[in-house]
Amino acid sequence: MAGAEDLKLLGMWASPFVLRAKLALSLKGLNYEYVEEDLKNKSELLLKSNPVHNKVPVLIHNGKPVCESTVIVQYIDEAFAGTGLSLLPSDPYERALARFWAAYIDDKLLPSWTKTSRGSTEEERAEGKEQSAVAVENLEGALRECSKGKPFFGGDNPGYVDVILGGLLGWVRASEELYGINPFDPAKTPLLAAWAERFGALEAVDPVIPEVNKLVEVAKMMQAKLAAEAAGASN
Amino acid sequence: MAAKEELKLLGVDVSPFAIRAHMALVIKGVSCEYVVEYLSNKSELLLSSNPIYKKVPVLIHNGKPICESLVIVQYVDEIFSGDGVPSILPTDPYERAIARFWAAYVDDKFFPVLRGIVLALTEQERVEKATETFAAIEPLEEAFAMCSKGKAFFCGDSIGYIDLALGSLLVWIEAIRRMYNIEIISASKTPRLSAWAERFGESAAAKEVLPEVDKAVQFGKMLEAAASAAAASK
Repeated sequence: MAGAEDLKLLGMWASPFVLRAKLALSLKGLNYEYVEEDLKNKSELLLKSNPVHNKVPVLIHNGKPVCESTVIVQYIDEAFAGTGLSLLPSDPYERALARFWAAYIDDKLLPSWTKTSRGSTEEERAEGKEQSAVAVENLEGALRECSKGKPFFGGDNPGYVDVILGGLLGWVRASEELYGINPFDPAKTPLLAAWAERFGALEAVDPVIPEVNKLVEVAKMMQAKLAAEAAGASN
Repeated sequence: MAAKEELKLLGVDVSPFAIRAHMALVIKGVSCEYVVEYLSNKSELLLSSNPIYKKVPVLIHNGKPICESLVIVQYVDEIFSGDGVPSILPTDPYERAIARFWAAYVDDKFFPVLRGIVLALTEQERVEKATETFAAIEPLEEAFAMCSKGKAFFCGDSIGYIDLALGSLLVWIEAIRRMYNIEIISASKTPRLSAWAERFGESAAAKEVLPEVDKAVQFGKMLEAAASAAAASK
């Protein structure tokens, strides 16, 4: 076997950004050491490896840290170009489309979901809901455009956008129990709904996605904490 | 020889994002038609080429649109490469990851607070945003030392990815100095970036692409007015 590739992933089990890194590693068939961080008591290694943001995920490859989930996924694809699936398409134009949609997920989709669930006023949450509806509609179009009738954004096989969106799957599943909403409503976004099932069922993906009931538990605890803080603050 | 490459860049001269795309093309030595957009009266071409954001820049290559400045820069880097053609991103995967990290930092952490200085509705808010911007530039000063390893630019001897990401904001950094006497990059506080900024400005690509600072100042005053009007109408 080739010389030891030392791969370590610093993460937190519920984080969708960490999940992206795990999905990329899993789809490429790469072995790595996973280190669960306590975000209330961050390790020296984490603080030293990501001094700018102090956040997970951090991928440490042969001692050198890579930070930011989209940067990590592209790094994994490029550093291990000969191994397993290629995540970015080979055609430069399709690569540009993939990068565009990955950025869209972080710049538009995620903030709209956050606004919907954590907006501080009802007006804000309603705005979030509207923005979310537009965002998923656009992503439905993206899936149609990128997949060209094939199962994944990446075509026959999952690729970069599948991984970037796939990181959100745990929370997408939890959302139904928490808020009674399926963000990928089969009636409104049938392609995305089917994609979520298909991607989630992949052998490289299914075991990696955090358990929905654990995510629901964490979310309920956080909601209770926020409610308590709000109640305390208004006294 | 390959079929004629048709390149059209839709942009606005003071937009840092359009500046990135334009400079990338100049660095590559490719000719391109620059279409000036008027943000209050966007062209059909812009609206149909970028239906998601309706923003500049948009690069149209042989009729196909590419949107988002850093996506455009990477695309240009990949399409126009080969012997004698300058590279914008490094070739080593780890160095590429570092370049992408800092470009993302500029867009996610630095740009929003820099812009906040112009859009601030009160003097107090402006001071707050300035303070945040001073804090946000510090890691970039450190990053320059780490990445450049003594060379002229972030990624080496010539303008690269991080240089474009941050350098495209220099016109605005100078505009902010003229408008509010707030100096984000200075020889005393950020000596490395200050020297780098001069080198960036002296480069052939910057000389060709960067607008006069006064144009940014004018645009800044428009943005200020629009921000107050929007706040007043709420």
